[in-house]
Amino acid sequence: MGDYKVPDLSEFTEIPALQDGSMSHSRPYVAAPEYQEPLGFPGELVEDWHDQAIGRFGELLTQSRALRVYLDSCVRCGACTDKCHYFLGTGDPKNMPVARQDLMRKVYRRHFTFAGKWLPWLVGAEDLTEEVLDDWYSYFHQCSQCRRCSVYCPYGIDTAELSMAARDIMDHIGKGQKYCNEIIAKVHTIGNNLGLPGPALANTLEGLEEDIEDETGVKVRLPLDVKGADILLVTPSADFFAEPHVDGLMGYAKVFHQAGVSWTISSYASEAANFAMFIGSYEQMREVALRIRKAALDLGVKRLVFGECGHAWRVAYSFLNTLAGPWDFLDQNYPIPQHICEFTHDLIEQGALKFDKSANDHMTLTFHDSCNVARATRMGNVPGGQFEIPRAIARAVCNNFVEMAPETTREGTYCCGGGGGLLTDDLMELRVKGAKPRMDALNQVVQNDGVTHMIAICAICKSQFSKVFPEYGMEMDRVVSLHQLVGNAIILDGQETDGETNDETEAGAAPAETEE
Amino acid sequence: MAVLTAIYTAGFYAATVWLVYGLARKIVQYWRTPAPLKIPTMPAPLTTGGVAMRLVREVVLFESLFKSNKWIWLFGWMFHAALLLAMLRHLRYFIDPVWTWVVLVQPFGTYAGFAMLAGLGALWFRRIFVERIRYISGPSDHLMLVLLLAITVSGLAMRYVAHTDIVALKIFMLGLIRFDWQPLPADPLLTAHLGLVIALMAVFPFSKLLHAPGLFFSPTRNQADTAREKRHLAPWAAKLEGGSK
Repeated sequence: MGDYKVPDLSEFTEIPALQDGSMSHSRPYVAAPEYQEPLGFPGELVEDWHDQAIGRFGELLTQSRALRVYLDSCVRCGACTDKCHYFLGTGDPKNMPVARQDLMRKVYRRHFTFAGKWLPWLVGAEDLTEEVLDDWYSYFHQCSQCRRCSVYCPYGIDTAELSMAARDIMDHIGKGQKYCNEIIAKVHTIGNNLGLPGPALANTLEGLEEDIEDETGVKVRLPLDVKGADILLVTPSADFFAEPHVDGLMGYAKVFHQAGVSWTISSYASEAANFAMFIGSYEQMREVALRIRKAALDLGVKRLVFGECGHAWRVAYSFLNTLAGPWDFLDQNYPIPQHICEFTHDLIEQGALKFDKSANDHMTLTFHDSCNVARATRMGNVPGGQFEIPRAIARAVCNNFVEMAPETTREGTYCCGGGGGLLTDDLMELRVKGAKPRMDALNQVVQNDGVTHMIAICAICKSQFSKVFPEYGMEMDRVVSLHQLVGNAIILDGQETDGETNDETEAGAAPAETEE
Repeated sequence: MAVLTAIYTAGFYAATVWLVYGLARKIVQYWRTPAPLKIPTMPAPLTTGGVAMRLVREVVLFESLFKSNKWIWLFGWMFHAALLLAMLRHLRYFIDPVWTWVVLVQPFGTYAGFAMLAGLGALWFRRIFVERIRYISGPSDHLMLVLLLAITVSGLAMRYVAHTDIVALKIFMLGLIRFDWQPLPADPLLTAHLGLVIALMAVFPFSKLLHAPGLFFSPTRNQADTAREKRHLAPWAAKLEGGSK
């Protein structure tokens, strides 16, 4: 590791020439028994791993229509071949979505189809050999499950579904990935990815309250484990300490404060992220999600609001009702769950928040659509709200906003390069190269429009860009949280403001949030 | 000749049964396999009606492919549309009297063969000369194009080069349908054309041609965006709920 060339940026992301095997060395650390066993997976590669893998494969085929249909339907038309950021950044042909799928499809054909059993050479069927398993481990950990390929596939084949299934099969034979499995175990025992225990969390939140008071002169609370609060905020634990995540968290707190709602964070469910999605384990994902249910019940809250995080919002928006519902004990007048952007946007629409947009004038901003938010969720009541609502917030709180090239945003957005459980130092080369398409598009608006900062609404995106920006010669703090900008611009009641911004303040207008 | 007639008569029946059985088996399998989670590719329609429209756009216009790659879309769409026209035109050999709309399709159907030829040829060209697509192509991908091209070429040859005895063919086909078997006209081109069609019918349910039913069962395309409003629970997942909580 460390011995690789950072890609040169180009005006448009060009389709690279194929470099067979150029990323076959890229693979994350295998989970040690201490990270496998807490999740109920075998500690190390089991002796009869081949038969067990095929057995688990067969089981998944009966549980997932997507897996079955997608393994059958591909015609190798090539529509997806230039759509994956990891292919565009590495040139390794096995990072073309169809080729990645075919690693699994060839084993499917061999063991589960008529043609593959009798005419394997004709249909490219292959046994699950040790080399094939190695390829699985390598290349199914070079998919960030961002679903960009599924947008462009004429049958909607979603490589994420296959990479999740492949990781699940590998977990079941004892070849799991350290990064994800270690984190999931931490959530089960402590409640968050970081392993941040309750008292430390309380301490952190207190510190943030002091920071806000120092900055604004207003006592804004970040409550923890408050029974009977109206809103439970579930946010990625990176929001508690990492930059620029924590500025986002302070932004949410200011919005809640200004909205006059009672809210709380839970130390038991102090994590919005759910890495079990990345390893394709429904059971693990459900267990993690049930912590949120338990916290909501124990605290007696009425509403559930999620902080800025991409895959977490996918699990929340698309899966939470399935995994941990029904949510009949919450207030049905609000979306369950609700995204912090929806919450803030509603208040802006009602004119309940006052901003001094000039507070963000030192920046020219652009918006990076996070893959999971863009292609796996919605915000608001209209399809595409996940694109419009964050942008509407950005425009409400800053004066200088520029869009990146349209083929790289909204449903066509590129993954940051660190999603899908790949945000680990042992995959640094992959992360840097995979960021190239986004970096190309960002570089264009930096050069042409003087963009200084990029907004993200995902904890993984924020961490990933903080890490890869320097590799591309940009400062790490050029990625910002959306609610960081909100926090910069919002005018709190009673806030000590600079003289120049006073005229925009309308003191005393206590906003009342209306129900939907 | 009697032997050939017997072989083709039996062949058509066998291929039909095989095709219907094989497809039904797959469709039942897709139908019965639950989709445990809501995974529509967003933005997705909010209603069932919207989903139906999304599927119609995919089937009729190849919407996603259009977003992806204009060349593949052009050649692929051209081939499929022409194939549909050609097949509709062929209905005239299976029905008597011929329905009016089939008569109206006739002039378009005859030219459709050339569009099929062009579409298939261009797709094969890409498969051979575009590096990325060559990399992902296996023997079966090339053979499928060869099979379709051979059917197209033999069909066009009978229409434009060496006319086959179309009246006798129709008698043979109607005989198959009515279980009143008639001799197959002796024409090498026709024999080849029909043999290849039997082969196509036979491989359909065991090959990538399953993309046709597959599209309708694709969760990223056929699910409505209703996750927050309606709880979606697969039967096997519901069983987990007995244990904890």
